[in-house]
This record gives sequence, structure tokens and C-alpha cells, in this order.
Amino acid sequence: MIVEKKTGDTLETVTLSPVSRLDLIKYAGASGDYNPIHTIDEEAEKAGLPGIIAHGMWTMGNLAKLFTPYYEEGFIETYQIRFRGMVFLDDVISLNAEVSEQSKEKITFEVNAKNQKDEDVLKGKVIFRVY
Amino acid sequence: MFEDAIGKKSNKVRNTVERGAVRKFADSIGDAHPLFVDEAAGKASRYGQNIAPPTFPRVFDYGDVDGLDLPNKGLIHGEQIYHYERPLLVGEDIHCWTEVNNYKEKAGKSGTMGILTLEGKGEDDDGTLVFRAEQVVIITEAVRKGMEA
Repeated sequence: MIVEKKTGDTLETVTLSPVSRLDLIKYAGASGDYNPIHTIDEEAEKAGLPGIIAHGMWTMGNLAKLFTPYYEEGFIETYQIRFRGMVFLDDVISLNAEVSEQSKEKITFEVNAKNQKDEDVLKGKVIFRVY
Repeated sequence: MFEDAIGKKSNKVRNTVERGAVRKFADSIGDAHPLFVDEAAGKASRYGQNIAPPTFPRVFDYGDVDGLDLPNKGLIHGEQIYHYERPLLVGEDIHCWTEVNNYKEKAGKSGTMGILTLEGKGEDDDGTLVFRAEQVVIITEAVRKGMEA
């Protein structure tokens, strides 16, 4: 039960499989974001990148799944993210959430996604509103 | 360069939260939870219907703002905020539009960057707001120069 979480409690960390080209092609198709720096090596290099990078919104979309099992208890009211670092092919991303505040109606989580070097690639906040 | 666009809005565009689009989207972020993709699970839930993941509004059409012609390449997504009144239901229509909230230029290490804040909104058929989506887009000097050329 998410409503029983107290300050300092965490949701179970999810570690993703290494980022693959297919992950990004699928997200491009599903989201309609065809910016070629996410799928085509030459275009990423032209943009001065060492290789293709994940859509920030792909990582943000993945992070939200920590909360999906709890939608019978409430829903994500606010989901705020700053994109801090780039995600490259083969990076291993872990998704984390920790309660920072709670009231009867709302639970606030500090959330982040980290790469295998323990660097934040995105960081932000989820406010989960309880029914 | 977009100072004149501040306060401008697009016209509303009707979008449908399509079942197939939700399934594909949920799958692409590794979140094909029954509440998103299984009809029976949706019906049995408190929503009486499947719902869409919170970042799904990325797929909506928000219309065009006059004078805001952004390049397809080279933009950096700095920040994204979604704020919901309730989750999006599969099958419902959402009327979306976007507004230019702010534009600033700032000197940085690699030249002057433009910081553009856009706010998208979606309301249901009754005109009740369902969500707001705010994004901060960073336009690097190289991209700005390319647009002016």
C-alpha cells in the first residue's frame, strides 16, 4: 500500500535492461518524436554527440512505472522532471523514488533515474494524490 | 527571437486517447500494465476503463502557434512537468492547445541560449481541464543562428 509509506521509505528500485537501439526506435514510433539524434548515428554525430541518445521522455516515461501498481489508491497529480544528463546506448538505468513528505491527501516522492556510473540522468518529483 | 510569441496560443485540437496508441506507448516505456492495456482489467478498476500513462500526452497534437516555427533538430529538452486533475481515460476525446509562457536569452559557455517555456493544456468534452503540461526547451546558439540564416 502506497498510503502506508512514510518519509524516507522507498519504492522498489527498477533496473532497466541496457538501452538498445530498438528501445529508441519503438519510443520514436509510439511517441511520434522522430528527432533523428535518437535513432540515426550520422545525425547524432552531426549534432556533436558521441552516438545516439535516448529521448529524455523515454526515461521519464519509464520512471513513472514505479507508480503504476498503485493507481487503485490514487494517481500521479504532479510529475516534474529536470533532464540532467544524456542516456547512451548500452547504459543501464535504474529508477528510484523516495518519500519526502506525506499528508492524508498527498504523498511527495523525490525521484531520479541514474546510469551505471551512479550519475543522475533525470531528477524530479512526483506528487501522488490519494483517493 | 521568440519574445513576440509570449502569450500567443494555438487553436484547440481534438485528440482521442486511442486504445492502440496507448498500448503501443505503454509497451515502448516497458509499462504494459493491465490497467493500461487489458480491457477487462480496465473495466474492473475504479476507473471503469483503461487509463493512459502520465507521459502519454506527448503524443497529442496541440496545434500551431503563429510565428513559433521551431526546428526539428537541435532542441534540448530541459524540463517537463505534468499536472493532472485525473488520469486520462482510454477512448475519451481531449481538446488540446498550447501557449508560449516565456522566452528568455541567457549567455552561457557555448554562446547565447534561448530558453522557451511552453504550456500545453488538455480538457474533456465538457470543457473541464484534465491536465497541464509545461516544458522548457533550450535552443542553443548554433540552432538559433541556423534559424536566422
